[in-house]
Amino acid sequence: METFKTYDPGDFYDELIDESGKPRPGAKLLIDRIDSLPEGDLVLRQKEAEALLLKMGITFNVYGRDEGTEKIFPFDLIPRIVSGTDWQQIESGLKQRIHALNLFLQDIYNDKKILKDKVVPEDLVLSSRTYRKECEGFTPPRGIWCHVTGTDLIRDRDGRFYVLEDNLRCPSGVSYVLENRQVLKRTFPQVFQASKVRPVDEYPGKLLEVLSYLAPDHVQSPTIGVLTPGIYNSAYFEHSFLSQQMGVELVEGRDLVVADGFVHMLTTKGLKRVDVLYRRIDDDFIDPTVFRPDSMLGVKGLIGVYKAGRIAMANAPGTGIADDKVIYAYVPAIIKYYTGEEAILPNVPTYICRNDKDRAYVLSHLDELVVKAANESGGYGMLIGPHASEAERAAFAEKIKAEPRNYMAQPTIALSRVPTIIGDRIEGRHVDLRPYILFGKDIYVQPGGLTRVALKKGSLVVNSSQGGGSKDTWVV
Amino acid sequence: MLSRVANSIYWMCRYIERAENVARFISVNLNLLLDMPSQEGQHWKPIVMTTGDQEIFEKKDPGYDHDEVIRFLTFDREYPNSILRCLAAARENGRSIREIISSEMWEHLNNFYLELTTQQFMAMALEDPHRFFKIIQMRSHLFTGLMDSTMSHGEAWNFARIGMMMERADKTSRILDVKYFMLLPQASLVNAPIDHIQWMAVLKSASAFEMFRKEHHEITPHKVADFLIFDNQFPRSIRHCITKAKICMHRITGTPPGAAMNLAEKRLGRMQADIEYTDINEVVAIGLHEYLDTLQSNLNQVGAAIGTTFFNLPPLVEASDQEQ
Repeated sequence: METFKTYDPGDFYDELIDESGKPRPGAKLLIDRIDSLPEGDLVLRQKEAEALLLKMGITFNVYGRDEGTEKIFPFDLIPRIVSGTDWQQIESGLKQRIHALNLFLQDIYNDKKILKDKVVPEDLVLSSRTYRKECEGFTPPRGIWCHVTGTDLIRDRDGRFYVLEDNLRCPSGVSYVLENRQVLKRTFPQVFQASKVRPVDEYPGKLLEVLSYLAPDHVQSPTIGVLTPGIYNSAYFEHSFLSQQMGVELVEGRDLVVADGFVHMLTTKGLKRVDVLYRRIDDDFIDPTVFRPDSMLGVKGLIGVYKAGRIAMANAPGTGIADDKVIYAYVPAIIKYYTGEEAILPNVPTYICRNDKDRAYVLSHLDELVVKAANESGGYGMLIGPHASEAERAAFAEKIKAEPRNYMAQPTIALSRVPTIIGDRIEGRHVDLRPYILFGKDIYVQPGGLTRVALKKGSLVVNSSQGGGSKDTWVV
Repeated sequence: MLSRVANSIYWMCRYIERAENVARFISVNLNLLLDMPSQEGQHWKPIVMTTGDQEIFEKKDPGYDHDEVIRFLTFDREYPNSILRCLAAARENGRSIREIISSEMWEHLNNFYLELTTQQFMAMALEDPHRFFKIIQMRSHLFTGLMDSTMSHGEAWNFARIGMMMERADKTSRILDVKYFMLLPQASLVNAPIDHIQWMAVLKSASAFEMFRKEHHEITPHKVADFLIFDNQFPRSIRHCITKAKICMHRITGTPPGAAMNLAEKRLGRMQADIEYTDINEVVAIGLHEYLDTLQSNLNQVGAAIGTTFFNLPPLVEASDQEQ
């Protein structure tokens, strides 16, 4: 039966239930409400919510079937609740971190002071696959590189939040935050209202402000576009959703041409100049004349126009260096270097495989560690030591030895859990949290963010490509 | 507006209109069969002919019977103009412009397609076809209604209307052409009761029976053709479709009526003038089939001109429907 009366929080930090089995502050109303529902009602509501998401077409594509089968991103009705106090720390920590990372990006592509001062090893930066030599000597409009960031946070058994990953390229998922919220408002209206949940709906408006702020000075009312790889991209729904919410054009590479030194859209009335692009295409594919020549998604000559200051782009090309998973280990030092402050949000302890001592430790403790490649995402290219077989660990050890620069390792964190509807029961499942941060005139952190949940029992991998789902996140 | 977006919305509506027409043809035919059950085989062939895709059907060689034709026209995934494929294409187009259309339209279209792919619906098509094809038609009407009442009547909407009108004109001309060809050579049957029923069916295939009756009491081939081509008020007559398409095009470009600034306006304007200044007697003198043949090729030319003028498509050597 789907009730909290038989719920077992287990030996983990539970986001809704404290050590003594009582609801945490802010969660009581919700838990009482769920327990007061007639039997079967919660599961029914869950099914209704899923049907609603399918009908709204909030789906991602599953490749390899004729029908172009789509699936909804699995969604769980029970929200994750974050207390105001916890949130305050998260918010100030993220602002500090993004501020410092932006200074870092500006520095390494220009004066390289932090490298000269040997705070971050120079060869580490210059050897990164995401370091863009083309950006050297360049300052993007208003000096902002990382306009949109999704930072992955986790909570350990000790109840503290840690930064697990920075995503400064094209982080996705914010549309799920907005849509999940719509569904939750319909499902638990009274609890929602009484809990005084902070709104997330400002996000598209804030994003539009950021994009408008980037427009070249001579432009009065800028033409803004969201650049998408197209309907077959797994995040297409989000691209379309954001452009609709902001009331800007949704463009594909084939809709854009460079002519007379500007970027234009092909419209029914001829060419129309574009001033700002929120691009959801990776650096590699954005301009075949500069980056990958085989890209079919990009726009020939876009980078040239960008460097001439005739179009602004969010995020700036070259930001990928700041979410290199090895550079990550240096972020606390980066924060200290540029701001003089200690990091408010700590990193997860990290072993850098290019350092001999760390590597020796990693290789002899593979069964305890999580190992990640520097530039992979979506849960690919990683090894979860405790869950891997002997053979998998041996294979990974070879990879590390062959290319030590490309790997880092962290202790396996006992991710916190949130009660989740599994069949007709409520069971604990591991989660992370991805808040979204916008950097324009000032820095805005959307109160909430995407709680990703590993639906498989015991699993620590929350990525949607690996069987993860999502939850609404209530900051109360 | 982006050329790609205009192209998508235009095709989205064409495909929905196409699906509706196929559903209506089948539906009318099913009714007709109730009146003349002995001639089953003869009645399914013209339906396939109306789509213009007889060759594709015959290549599969399943024979012109009830189940095979319904399956082909409704659910065949390899046949690009089956109802299922039309809706899939409409939905793909809709998906690529969902930020342009209203969410009501998108949700309806999405649901329309998703339901059609369920076993339950497929079974209904064969077991209770009357109900099934009625549902298809009503959903298509609902889409049109949603478009009319939830979406601003701006540039995108006007492109949608042009798509719908072009498709409708094409389908009305085809049904008339095929039926005329099937019915008229049998001169001995003129005025026989069976003929009467068949001509009623022609009108019903264009949802035109009741409206025709208000204008003309007597059903003659001549009057049916006159009504379906030239009636100024009936929303499925070819003249009406062309006039409406032209109005929408001029709203998009802002070109004053009577003038034409680009190829699409010129070709469409010429078509409209032609239909305005022609009457049924002239058509009969030319030969109805010849007249409709030219009309269809002109419609294709307009379609191609819309592509080059607005959608940024390369001009085609031979005018044809540039499906996408």
